[in-house]
Order: sequence, then structure tokens, then C-alpha cells
Amino acid sequence: MGGATDSRGTDRPRATDSRGTDWPQATDSRGTDWPRATDSHTLSVMKRVFVRPVILAALTAALPACGGAQDGDIPRTPSGRPDMNGLWQALGNAHWDIEPHAARPALAMQPGPVIPVPANEVLALGAVGSVPSGYGIVEGGAIPYLPEALALRDENREMWLERDPEIRCYLPGVPRATYMPFPFQIFQSDSKVFMTYEYAGAMREIYLEDPGPPQVDSWMGQSVGRWEGDTFVVQVNGFNGQAWLDRAGNHHSAGLTVTERYTMIGPDHIMYEAELNDPATYSRPWKISMPLYRNIDPNARLGQFKCVEFVEELMYGHLRKNPIRR
Amino acid sequence: MDTCARTRFAGRGNAATLGGTRPKAARGPGPAGPVSGCALAVALAGVAATGLATGIAAPAAAQEREVRSDWVVPRTPDGHPDLQGNWTNATVTPIQRPRDQGPVHTWEAVARIEGFVRTARQRGAQDSDPNRSAPPVGGIFSGDARRDAASGGTGGYNSFYIDAGELVAVFNGEPRTSLVVHPDNGRLPELTEEGRGRAAERRRFRSQFGSYDNPENRPLAERCIMSFGSNAGPPMLPNYFYNNNYTIVQTPDHVMIMTEMVHDVRIIRLGERKPLPPHIRPWMGDSWGRWEGDTLVVETTNLHPDQTLQGIAPSEEFKVIERFTRADEHTINYEFTVEDPIMWSEPWRGEVPFKRLDGLVYEYACHEGNYALENVLRGARAQERQGRQERR
Repeated sequence: MGGATDSRGTDRPRATDSRGTDWPQATDSRGTDWPRATDSHTLSVMKRVFVRPVILAALTAALPACGGAQDGDIPRTPSGRPDMNGLWQALGNAHWDIEPHAARPALAMQPGPVIPVPANEVLALGAVGSVPSGYGIVEGGAIPYLPEALALRDENREMWLERDPEIRCYLPGVPRATYMPFPFQIFQSDSKVFMTYEYAGAMREIYLEDPGPPQVDSWMGQSVGRWEGDTFVVQVNGFNGQAWLDRAGNHHSAGLTVTERYTMIGPDHIMYEAELNDPATYSRPWKISMPLYRNIDPNARLGQFKCVEFVEELMYGHLRKNPIRR
Repeated sequence: MDTCARTRFAGRGNAATLGGTRPKAARGPGPAGPVSGCALAVALAGVAATGLATGIAAPAAAQEREVRSDWVVPRTPDGHPDLQGNWTNATVTPIQRPRDQGPVHTWEAVARIEGFVRTARQRGAQDSDPNRSAPPVGGIFSGDARRDAASGGTGGYNSFYIDAGELVAVFNGEPRTSLVVHPDNGRLPELTEEGRGRAAERRRFRSQFGSYDNPENRPLAERCIMSFGSNAGPPMLPNYFYNNNYTIVQTPDHVMIMTEMVHDVRIIRLGERKPLPPHIRPWMGDSWGRWEGDTLVVETTNLHPDQTLQGIAPSEEFKVIERFTRADEHTINYEFTVEDPIMWSEPWRGEVPFKRLDGLVYEYACHEGNYALENVLRGARAQERQGRQERR
């Protein structure tokens, strides 16, 4: 575990923790400027750490501060941009709940004689339906909800089975698409950037030329990207407000603007950061961040998870001529 | 600039043409340069703002685009032709050739066909009469198959919602009467005996259910699983209705093709083929590509058994070979060969011009708003209840 400390660069611009003090990564910084380490010791430690997924899972939050790669260490396109082509995936448990959370028996619970127990609808899943703990990806620990929005989040959590768009295989929205427990693939050329997600076959083009205000509301929003040095900055708006941020009821309105920052910190790692600004829901803009990992298996490929057909029984089974459920 | 950029939205669906190289007589005064190109977009935006985007004030003449003789194939940094961008294969040319026609239209016939389509569109784009009475039970059928299919004879979609293509497909300068070019009669070949048997078995299986008994008995498009009409394919064919739009992104080792309906991304890996095991059959199959000179050649196998092609389910030996070649500034020549020796008595081949789409492709979120499937099933159950009550 000492690697977490060792691997941090010594030239971090921010030494103070912006998140809660309860977490092991208490001294972690989640700033927007990923330091670009230049000493080779840091790089070699990074490589050692990065190939140990088990350790990594515990360290994901610590890694952002551990420094970046030298310019020569990341692949580049012929025009010199960082080359993000490939298959990427977030590790960790943010898809369950982006805020820090302890493990719990299930997302849907009911009162029990002694303590709450899993709801009947998910009981059969046993431990498969249990929620693993997560230390959160939210800067500062908690989402700065306005009071009414916080009440809605809590209500969403109670009504998870009825309301989570993922249960019905609806498009995930942004940023949720990024840290779903599925890989996504980036296609990047000099003229086009396109992201395609395994979950639900979601996708979005990142326009490199601003087409102006979004003409229609959508689940995945309208994305416009630009390069700020070696960071690909994507502004996303035009949402329909129906997407969630995780399985824990965290939400936003149609007025959300997400500013994503993709920074390659090595050949196989992207530091992902997103700022969410939605004055109707939050008291101030707030940030999430996490590393994205390249799937380095040469045979890896994006699978097809067209879940629409998988949820037909759930959504329409009661309308069969002869329903198979009572 | 701002105005110009914004109007690209409104131009969607209008700017697409299947003109190709046409003689002067059949070509109108196209936009001559960037200024008039912008003016065209502004004009189309104005039309769209009135809610009558597709019918009026966008005559074919305005949609024609000059083909520059000094055009050279744009190339990616690795030297291959650049296929990237948004494209459409919408056309009025049918997949199979009518039996009384030769392979190529005269230009007089082209003008007649396109004029007829335009007139029909203009008629269909008229405002509805707000004072009309409700349609009779069963609806009113116009005889225009496309409109009737969408509206059920009750006035659901008018031309505004339909973007089926207005132009004859011109391929290598020839206005075509069919997209299928082999067999030579432009029609699908016969099925094999095995193919007829499998098709009959499929029909027999389906016939044990009523059309509205279960969600699985409804068409894939109604279930929001795939587009209709083999839009995503492969082969990628026009559906003669709407949303025949594609986005292509190209990298040194991949070509990605997104089909607007239903936001279906086909990832084509370039290089040595490592096929999927036979029991994994994604909806658009398993595609591998290679460059043969300036042509991208893509082979696809493992097509999903329910991703039917002209009503015929692909067998485990189905293979389609697609060839993408930049033909001019506005065109990719798309050729395909379907090989399925279990089902078809011979391979068949088609040629389809993909024309550049000067507009954005919007999110086609189908399932998320699919009230239709639920209501179709609910309606069938209501009819059954009504029938039971009447029998009592």
C-alpha cells in the first residue's frame, strides 16, 4: 500500500485534500491540473502499480495525484494530439453510488423484524445483488444538492426499482456512461472524435466544430470538444434531464452542463474529470474524477449489450396474451 | 458564420441528394460556392422554421450539387481515402428492379420520377385542415404506401416527418432502376431448397402466435431493437422511409459506422481476421476490413439470425462483402455481395450511392420513448376483453 504514497509526484500543485477527511486518500488532491511528472522513478513506480489491478482498486483515488507521463510516453496522432483510440473502462464502484458509501445488502430494501432486508424483487439475487462499498468520486465527498433536489435524490433511492433508467435499459447520459461497469471505445481522427459505449449501445459524436446551441434535447446530450494543450475538453449540454448519475438516485435537470476533461497520463491511462453545473439542482458546480484504464488485451473488443430485448419481459410481460407472471 | 453554422441543423434531411453526375439538362443551378452554399442553408432553415421543411421551396434544382472535375480523393494521414463524415443512402430507386424495366433509366424518366415524388411530397406537406372531422373507423388510406404505413390511415405522419429520398440512385453516372445489379435482372435470386425449407419453418414457428400476442411477435423496429429495412445491415440498405443516415469515423486500425436508427455502431476492425465463435451472432455480425488499393473491403459473418435481409434470415454460412470507394466529392460508391449458399441459390450483388449529408445526425432514442409497443399490446388485450364481453 506504500506505493500509493511513493508513487505520488513531489511537485503536486495542491497538497490539501478537497474531499472529506474520513477516507484513506485524505491527502489526495482532485484538482483539474494533472501534474506532469518528469522523474523516471515516479514513472517506474507507476508502471509497477498499474499492473496490479487488485491494489489498483484500492488506490484509484490516490492515483490522480501520482503524476503524469512524459510527453514521449503517450501515443500521439500524426498531428501530435494525444491518441486516445482504444478500449477504456473505469474501475471501482462509482456506478453503484458516486458518493462515498459502505457496502449494503441491496439497493432495494424492505423493513425486517430486526434490521432492513433486501426487497422481495431482488431477494433471489443474493450476494449478486449486494452493493459493494465505494469511496466516492465526488470532490468534497458529497454532491452539493439544493434542499429540494436532495429530497428528490432520497426519494429516487427509495423508488430505485421504478425509476433507475438503467433498469429499463435507457441510455445512460453523461457522465454516467463513462463509469458504467462496461467498456467504451474512443474513435479519434484529426477530424472526428466518437465515443461508443457497450452499455445499451450508447454513443455520441464529440463535435470538433461547435454547431451552436443544441436543437433537440437528448439522453446523451450534445458534446463539443476542443484541445487545451494535451487535454481534450468536452462541453456537454442539451440533456433531456431524465438520465441519472448512478444507481443511487443521484440526478440532474435538463439544464445540466458537463465539462469533461480527458488527459492521458500514460499510454494506457486517461485521467477523467467532469464538472457538473446545474443551478436548478446543485448549489454550486462540482467535480468528479477517476482514472480510465485501457484494456490492453490485444483480443479485447467492445461487446454488444443491446439490452432493449432483455427488458421486454420486465416492461411488457404483463401485456402478453398469456402473461407468464402472476 | 453563426447563422451558417446554425442552419446546418435545419438542412438535415433536405440537403441530401442522390444526384451524382448528371447531364446539364437534368441538373439545376446548384450552389456555386461557399457563399451560395450558405445561402441555400439559410433558405432551407427558413423553410424549416415554418414547419414545412420537406415539401416546398426546396426544389430538386436547389438540391443538386456540382461535381468538381478537379476533385481529388481526400486522404487520411496514413494515406487511405478519407470516408469520414455523415452520409445517406436514401433514394427512390427500389432494391429490386420492376420486371418491365431495363437496368438504367433515361434522363427523361428520371425527371418524370423525381417530379412525381416532389409533387407527392408537396401535397403531403400541406397543413392539415384543423376543422376536419375525425377519420372514419379503420382510417382513410391514401394509396401512398409510405404515408399509410406510418399513419394507419388516420393522418399520423405527413411528409414533414418522412425523409425517404427524392432522387433516383445514380451510380457511376448511370441512373439505376434497382439497387440489385446481380443477378442481371436486378432481382433477388431464388432460394435454395434448404433455404425454402428454413423460411417455411420460420413461418410455421411464427404462425403459432398471433401478431399481437407477445412483444417478441412484433417487428424488430417496433421493439426498438434494430431499424427496419436492413438500414444497419450489413448490407446497409435504404428503408424508403426516413433516417437513412450514417456517420463514418476512420482510424488507422478501425472504421466505425454508426447507423442513425437505432444509434447502432458497427465496429470494423482492420487487419488479420480473428472471427468470433459461431454461436456469438451480434445484430450486425462480425466485421473485418482491409484496404485493397483505394477501396475499403469489409467482410461480415455471424449475422444475428433475426437480422433478416429481404425477409430471409441469414444462415450460419451467411457472408456479406462490402466495398467502399470514394467516387466524388459527395459520394461513396457502396457495393455489396451477399453470399449464403445455404439460403440463396447464387450470390447477389448491389450497388448503392452514399451521398454526403450536410447536417448533423441526432440521437435516435427509440426504446426510451416507445409508447407504441406498449399500446399495441395493450390495445390487443383490450380488444380481447371486448370480444369476451360481447360473447357473454
